[in-house]
Amino acid sequence: MPALEVEGLARHYGEREALSDVSLSLAEGQTLVVFGPNGAGKTTLLRVLATLLRPHAGDVRVLGSKLPEQAWAIRGHVGLLGHEPLLYRELTARENLRFHARLHGVEEQRVSEVLAAVAMGGRANEPLRTLSRGMVQRVAVARAVLHDPELLLLDEPNSNLDPAAVELVAPLIGAASGRTRVICSHDPTGGLAEADLVLGLRAGRPALLRTAAEVDRDDVAQLYR
Amino acid sequence: MSSVQAPQQTPRERHAVREVGLWRTVGALLRKELLVELRTLESVPAMSLFAVTTFVIFHFALNRGSVEGDLAGGILWVTLLFAAILGVNRLFVADADQGGFDGFLLAPVDRSAMFIAKLATLLAFLIVLEFVAVPAFAILLLGAPLGPALPGLVATLALGDLGVAVIGTLVAAMAVRTRARDLLGPLLALPLFVPIVIGGARATSPLLVTTHVVGVGGPQTRWLLTLGLYDLVFGLIAYALFDFLLED
Repeated sequence: MPALEVEGLARHYGEREALSDVSLSLAEGQTLVVFGPNGAGKTTLLRVLATLLRPHAGDVRVLGSKLPEQAWAIRGHVGLLGHEPLLYRELTARENLRFHARLHGVEEQRVSEVLAAVAMGGRANEPLRTLSRGMVQRVAVARAVLHDPELLLLDEPNSNLDPAAVELVAPLIGAASGRTRVICSHDPTGGLAEADLVLGLRAGRPALLRTAAEVDRDDVAQLYR
Repeated sequence: MSSVQAPQQTPRERHAVREVGLWRTVGALLRKELLVELRTLESVPAMSLFAVTTFVIFHFALNRGSVEGDLAGGILWVTLLFAAILGVNRLFVADADQGGFDGFLLAPVDRSAMFIAKLATLLAFLIVLEFVAVPAFAILLLGAPLGPALPGLVATLALGDLGVAVIGTLVAAMAVRTRARDLLGPLLALPLFVPIVIGGARATSPLLVTTHVVGVGGPQTRWLLTLGLYDLVFGLIAYALFDFLLED
């Protein structure tokens, strides 16, 4: 059973069409990388797959559940790392993760484990507002994988991270994590290296959908011209 | 690092989702709400300061030594409601601005937990507000002694607070995702608060008189029942609607 099956997906905001006629299928454990200029619909696609936005047309199945009717069935199986860290600035990293752990029924011990995994154990008791953006992003990575999700939805996951931090979080959100992943990216080299399947969006419409082996940097660059 | 890597299980076994009970979720949300308020002190101090300042203004504006009866009940309830509006307006701001809604919506939990937790949070804010505002009202404005009126006043305030918390939570959830949330919240809430002001002030007025202190009974009981019924009706409406307000 594919992890993602999308057929004719459309989503609009008022009059504006954010996504139109998007169709794809992604096998379990594979990685879909989505390229496209700003406003192309990448984030909207992630939010639809995360059940945060309803599809306005088309057939969308995530981990076998049809959206939006069976959205409840996949909550807890999805980890989202978006532009916002989904963390409270006034709470410490540990308090934030404890809060999410309680919502997901995860043991407290797991909080310390993921904090250690992103090398934030030493700053875990400081309010988030006092941490650098890179540190907050590391805590956000810890939050996204805290409940060991089957599907990871990553919107430019390496933004704000230095090269050492990118290596640090790779076992959690990289290919080695063994999770099915959808990654929005502007980086052709890094993105293509991660991808099994590549989707290019332009103005909400698919302009490119091929396996990674069939795509080169020029194909991606075309999307931005 | 090895501690966070996956054990050798099938994906479904490995990613089994644990169900989290409603009250456990409410507990987690409530704890977070109170922690955020303790760190920011954005709502309760502003509400309390507003109420005390308003009483000071009334004290000088009315140009009289003290107030009692209908006037006292009216001043107390109108001031408390306007102070409550400050809390209502801030109730969902941290969630909307810092992605708390999305974090909550991604979790496999009952959406009603957020309604219950927010209602309890606002109720707690109102109770703390009244610990400050009622003594300040007694000192600055009230002619009658507060002591004998206290049991009746506590009962009336409790029912009024519940109504304000229910309506405030519902309205705040409706307004917070709009651009004009600071305006829309009060515009939606104030008309719905009118029956609470009427019921609260009518039930309180007989308690705040110098000549005689009336216990809870007669017309007062009718107003308390009216408040209770209003709370119940809006509680059911809010509980039924709240999930839809969180959805896209």
